[in-house]
Amino acid sequence: MHIHLLDQYHTGRSPVHRLDARVKLLLTLAFILVASLTPAGAWPAYLGLALLALGVTLAAGLPPLLVQRRALVALPFALAALTVLFTTEGRPLFTLSLGAWHLTASEPGLIRFLSILLKSWLAIQAAILLAATTPFPTLVVAMRALHFPRLLVAIIAFMGRYLFVLADEALRLHRAREARSAVIGPGSGGSIAWRARVTGGMVGNLFLRSVERSERIYNAMLARGYRGELRTLSPPRLRPADGVLGLLFVTLLALIALLGW
Amino acid sequence: MEYAIELENVRFAYHDGRPALRGVSLRIAPGEKVALVGPNGAGKSTLLLHLNGILAGQGRVRILGQEVNGANLGWIRAQVGLVFQDPDDQLFSPTVFEDVAFGPLHMGLPEAEVRERVAWALAQVGMDAFADRISHHLSQGEKKRVAIATVLAMKPEVLALDEPTAGLDPRARRGLLRLLARLPQTMLVATHDMRLVAELFPRTVVLDAGQVVADGPTGHLLTDEALLEAHGLESPYLSPLP
Amino acid sequence: MIPILADALLAPARMHIPDGFLSTPVYLAAWVLALIALGVALRRTQETLGERQVPLMGVLAAFIFAAQMLNFPVAGGTSGHLIGSALAAILMGPWAAMLIMTSVVAVQALIFQDGGLLVLGANILNMAVIAAIVSYGTYQLVRRLAGDRPWGTFAGGFIAAWLSVVVAAIATALELGFSGTSALEVAVPAMAGVHLLIGIGEGLITVGALGFIRATRPDLLSAEPMGAGTGGRWWVAGLGLALLVVLLAPLASSFPDGLERVAEDYGFIEAARNAPYRIIPDYLFPGVSNEALATILAGLVGTLIVFAVTLGVVRGSTRADRRPPTADGRPQTAD
Ligand SMILES: Nc1ncnc2c1ncn2[C@@H]1O[C@H](COP(=O)(O)OP(=O)(O)OP(=O)(O)O)[C@@H](O)[C@H]1O
Ligand SMILES: [Mg+2]
Repeated sequence: MHIHLLDQYHTGRSPVHRLDARVKLLLTLAFILVASLTPAGAWPAYLGLALLALGVTLAAGLPPLLVQRRALVALPFALAALTVLFTTEGRPLFTLSLGAWHLTASEPGLIRFLSILLKSWLAIQAAILLAATTPFPTLVVAMRALHFPRLLVAIIAFMGRYLFVLADEALRLHRAREARSAVIGPGSGGSIAWRARVTGGMVGNLFLRSVERSERIYNAMLARGYRGELRTLSPPRLRPADGVLGLLFVTLLALIALLGW
Repeated sequence: MEYAIELENVRFAYHDGRPALRGVSLRIAPGEKVALVGPNGAGKSTLLLHLNGILAGQGRVRILGQEVNGANLGWIRAQVGLVFQDPDDQLFSPTVFEDVAFGPLHMGLPEAEVRERVAWALAQVGMDAFADRISHHLSQGEKKRVAIATVLAMKPEVLALDEPTAGLDPRARRGLLRLLARLPQTMLVATHDMRLVAELFPRTVVLDAGQVVADGPTGHLLTDEALLEAHGLESPYLSPLP
Repeated sequence: MIPILADALLAPARMHIPDGFLSTPVYLAAWVLALIALGVALRRTQETLGERQVPLMGVLAAFIFAAQMLNFPVAGGTSGHLIGSALAAILMGPWAAMLIMTSVVAVQALIFQDGGLLVLGANILNMAVIAAIVSYGTYQLVRRLAGDRPWGTFAGGFIAAWLSVVVAAIATALELGFSGTSALEVAVPAMAGVHLLIGIGEGLITVGALGFIRATRPDLLSAEPMGAGTGGRWWVAGLGLALLVVLLAPLASSFPDGLERVAEDYGFIEAARNAPYRIIPDYLFPGVSNEALATILAGLVGTLIVFAVTLGVVRGSTRADRRPPTADGRPQTAD
């Protein structure tokens, strides 16, 4: 039983897949930065960024619809920005009357609201493209090469390796509970507090399994010569193609940014 | 004569104080292939962990004539390739390549040689095409093979394997059997797979409750029904249950 | 399986801020604070354990991620989940917990787009740094009050988990408010209100986990996880930080700015106060005219009441009842 469902990576041999992960990570951040700095209402710049994201999606051979579907994950958060509709001063657009609520939306409010949603939608596409074209281990190597704190990168590497192993174990515990509670009948299973505590028991159980596993892993590391210092191979060299593609992308971003300001 | 593995009256108890090994003595000559059998909890895994000093109780452990102590652990661990029971414990790196490179890297080898050894070790177990794969995505049989490659890359003299065939389907098991038969190293293999024992190991050691209760030619032991019965073992030649 | 996973991925997302929702100065400031804390955490962790505990922390980061998938039905199709900062802090100490939770939040952003990349600093600040300090400080304070009697572990665990969730939620609301993305007068009560409830789930799960661990491996519940220390500094830091965040909320929203006037003009604040998610019926103190002061007082008193009530309830109940069986079917013994 494996949880592949959550795996975002799509195998491929496109130029986007082959682009060095360091470059890809930095370009992703640059893209999101430009999106975040673009002023509200600078529609041409948003359009430019959207086209750029679409271009990369196609170049990577990813189905655009799939990317768009995943891009919806941040949508619920839009609620948090809803208030700007009504709290930004400017030409009133419409008034909502819900009982005691009288809310008037303004035009600048609407522009800000839409801009926030656009920024978030664009940024998340960039993040999806990064995850979908870069295997996790490669991302770890890139973080190490970019001199992220060594200890943190090592923790993240182990986390990536054991994420699915432990998720499988969690799922097994969950199934075992479901199987048992089915005996009592649907809808039963005690009070919410009791259920929460039972879930807590599973969490505790999972914690112990994790600690024990980490002890076995530590032994396996010792057995292969680990003496407290993690060594890794040096990262791959940057190819000329990485530089060219990187520069091209940065130039496009700069042009789009100019559109916005 | 210098033995590849020599244990002299090894005793060990885990933190809870219950003894797991109660005076184990064992000598294995270079090149010998020995099966270590016994019921669950007999102490097989515990014994294997003594071979390279991960656990250390009372008594002596010598590998290739050298006594295992704090000073020579680096050397000992390069000589004894220990493969753990659960490949998910053994394969802790993000990719197959990084996992196989871990041992050579921590032996302090230069990078070029590390890469060479990874390629060689993966070829030994027939997994050369899998270097860039993510360990989690491998099948159980593939994981077991890569686990063996992770220690082969250290070019050990001695292989200590913990249940190498557990959880394998017949075909994967067969492949692993062939691989083990081909490897030239001295081998001590803990297993419940009595057919593996019969097919591969001329000598068998029976461990029960932390003690060696029998040690001899596999052919003799596996036909000694009283012995097998007494220690919860089954002959591979036996017919199904009555 | 799919509903469980989808549910698990969506539910904690409320606190994972996506990119685009924070203004540049706010996410930069959050990065600075988060990086300072992480810098100290990295140094402390390396001092006390070197890289010996690397596999432990890595597997525990995976554990927190997996534990977030375990849920329990509450009502109306919603379910209770764990965020896990408090559990990590109690079991591993605040420094290691910061690193573990940072890895969790970072991987969620990088691999699952759960939370943004540029705003990662803010998410780390809320869920890894603030939550770890607040929960560890609270836990140690309650343990002290309990004089190391067993109920201290459970009451401490519950209050720590609850408070860490509420404070992290308020910090999230503050960041959204400072960015001009949400009106503070709405965001703070809304986030705080929802998480007053979510925090109870977090608290109960944490107590359940601590109970299981206490019954099976009490040695893992050491008083000073990984050399973190139980000294006065921690509970001062924890409660101080909690108070700071709680106090910042009304102060920040009381500054008369354009946004608020508009909101007042349209009766928005009144509406927000009557919103259905409000838990404390009267957020403002009657008779205190200064709005900010009244809100602060209300927040303080609310926190203290919850604190005292929990102490009382947990203290009473650990004496009276035997714990229900855990997932494993093993009986939990509290003491
Ligand atoms: N980490 C540990 N802590 C405490 N006791 C342990 C630990 N590991 C093993 N034991 C105990 O030591 C004894 C020997 O265990 P060991 O794992 O060596 O047996 P085994 O022969 O490998 O069994 P199996 O066939 O089930 O793998 C058992 O009683 C076991 O419960
Ligand atoms: Mg064993």
